[in-house]
Amino acid sequence: MNNESIFKTFGVATGVCVVCAIIVSFSSVALKGLQEQNKLLDKQVNVLKAAGLVPTDGKATKAEADEMFKSAEIVVVDLATGAVVADADPNKVESDKTNVVALTPEQDVAKIKTAPKQAVVYRFNDEKTSALKTLVLPISGTGLWSRMNGFLSLNADLTTVAGIVFYDHGETPGLGGEISNPVWTSKWAGKTAVDETGAPVVKVVKGYAADETEVDGISGATLTCNGVNGTVDFWLGPNGYGPYLKTLRGDAPATEANEN
Amino acid sequence: MNSTVKKNVLEPLFKNNPVFVQLLGICSALAVTTSLKNALTMTLAVVFVTAFSNVGVSLIRKIIPGSIRMIVEMAIIATLVILVDQILKAFSYDLSKQLSVYVGLIITNCIVMGRAEAFAIKNGPAVSLLDGIGNGLGYGVVLMIVAFFRELFGFGTLFGITVFKTVNNGGWYVPNGLMVLAPAAFFLIGGIIWVLKTYGKGMQDDE
Repeated sequence: MNNESIFKTFGVATGVCVVCAIIVSFSSVALKGLQEQNKLLDKQVNVLKAAGLVPTDGKATKAEADEMFKSAEIVVVDLATGAVVADADPNKVESDKTNVVALTPEQDVAKIKTAPKQAVVYRFNDEKTSALKTLVLPISGTGLWSRMNGFLSLNADLTTVAGIVFYDHGETPGLGGEISNPVWTSKWAGKTAVDETGAPVVKVVKGYAADETEVDGISGATLTCNGVNGTVDFWLGPNGYGPYLKTLRGDAPATEANEN
Repeated sequence: MNSTVKKNVLEPLFKNNPVFVQLLGICSALAVTTSLKNALTMTLAVVFVTAFSNVGVSLIRKIIPGSIRMIVEMAIIATLVILVDQILKAFSYDLSKQLSVYVGLIITNCIVMGRAEAFAIKNGPAVSLLDGIGNGLGYGVVLMIVAFFRELFGFGTLFGITVFKTVNNGGWYVPNGLMVLAPAAFFLIGGIIWVLKTYGKGMQDDE
C-alpha cells in the first residue's frame, strides 16, 4: 500500500486535523461554564479569606460563597479622587484596557508600572445596620520573581488590618512562597495599617515584630518581604486607596493626593 | 496474552524505566516533584496521554504517510493534552493552578512522543495501550520517589500532611531549601540512577 502520494498525505493530515479540532472545541465549549464558575469561586473565596469569613487554609463551596457574598457590596472606586463611581459595572472595570494610569518611578513603590484608575473593592456590611464591617481591597505588587496578587482587608475602623491573602504569585516555594502560608498571613490580623494622618505604617520587618505596626519577617525571603512592603505601602498610600479611605473616614478629600 | 500484559506494563516500571534507564522526560520531573499531590496528578495525566496517544497512533499507523508521521503524532498528543488541561481546569481548579504550565508541557514530554515513535507506530492498539500505561506509570514511579524526598525534606510534609513540623509553622524542623528548588530533583534522580546501575540486576551498561 502506497502511503506516500500527495493526495494521501493531504487526506490523512486533513482527517487528523478535523478529528482533533472537533475534540478540542467540544471539550472547550462543554467545560467552559464549569471553568468560569471555578475562576469566579476562586476569586470569591480569596476575598472571603481576606475578610476573615473563610479560614485562610479552608475552602468554601459555591453555595457557601454565594451566601456569604450576600452581605458584600461590590463598589467601584475612582482611586485619584476617592469617590465611588456609581454607574460603573464591576464586572467590566477590571478587564477594561483604558482603565490604566502610568506611574512615575517615585510613585511606583510596588513596582507595577501602571495602576488602574478605577478599582473594585468589596464592602462587607453588618446585616442590620448596614454599617461597614470589613473592607477588602485588591492589591498587587512585584516580589522577587514576579507579580503577586492578593487582597488586603481592613476592619471597620479603617486603621487595623483584618487579613491579607496572596492568591497568585511566583515566589520560591518554601521561601518567598510562604507569603501564602496561613500561619504567616494570620500574623497580619490586628496590626495597625495606617497612622492618624492616614499614611501607611505597617511593614514586614526582619526577625520578630516589636510593635503593632510590624509583622514578623520570613527568613530567607527578605526580597519578597520588601515586595510585600512596597505593595502594601503603595495601595494604602495616596496613589492607591488612600483618597478613598480618607473619604470613608469622613475627611474632606485630600488635595495633595492629586498633586503628586 | 497474560505474559504480554506483564511484559508491557511491568517492564517500564523498573527494568526498562523511561526515566532511569532511557533518561527521557527528565525536564518535567524537575518541575512538578515538589509535592506528592502534584506528582500524582501529573502521573495520572501522563498515563492518560501516553496510553491514548499510543492507541490513536496505533489505530491509524497503516495509513500515516512517513513524511508527516511525526506531525500527525504530535497533533494527537497535543489534542489529548489540551483535553487533560481543560478537564483539570473544570474539575480540579486548585491543582490546575498549581501545575499551571506543566500540564501543557506534557506535549513536550519525550516519553509520550518516544513511545508513539518507537512502539505504537509498529504495534496493534491493545498492546500499544498497555505499553502507554506501563511507560506512563514508569515515569510516575520516578516522580513519586523524587517527590517523596523533596516534599518530606523541603516542606516536612507528605501529601500535605505534616510529618516534621517546620519552624515557620511553630515546630522544630528547618526545611532544606535545596529540596524545594529544581536542582534537588537532578541530584535525586542522578543518585537513584547511580544506585540502580551499580546494584540493579541486569541494569548495568554493557561493557
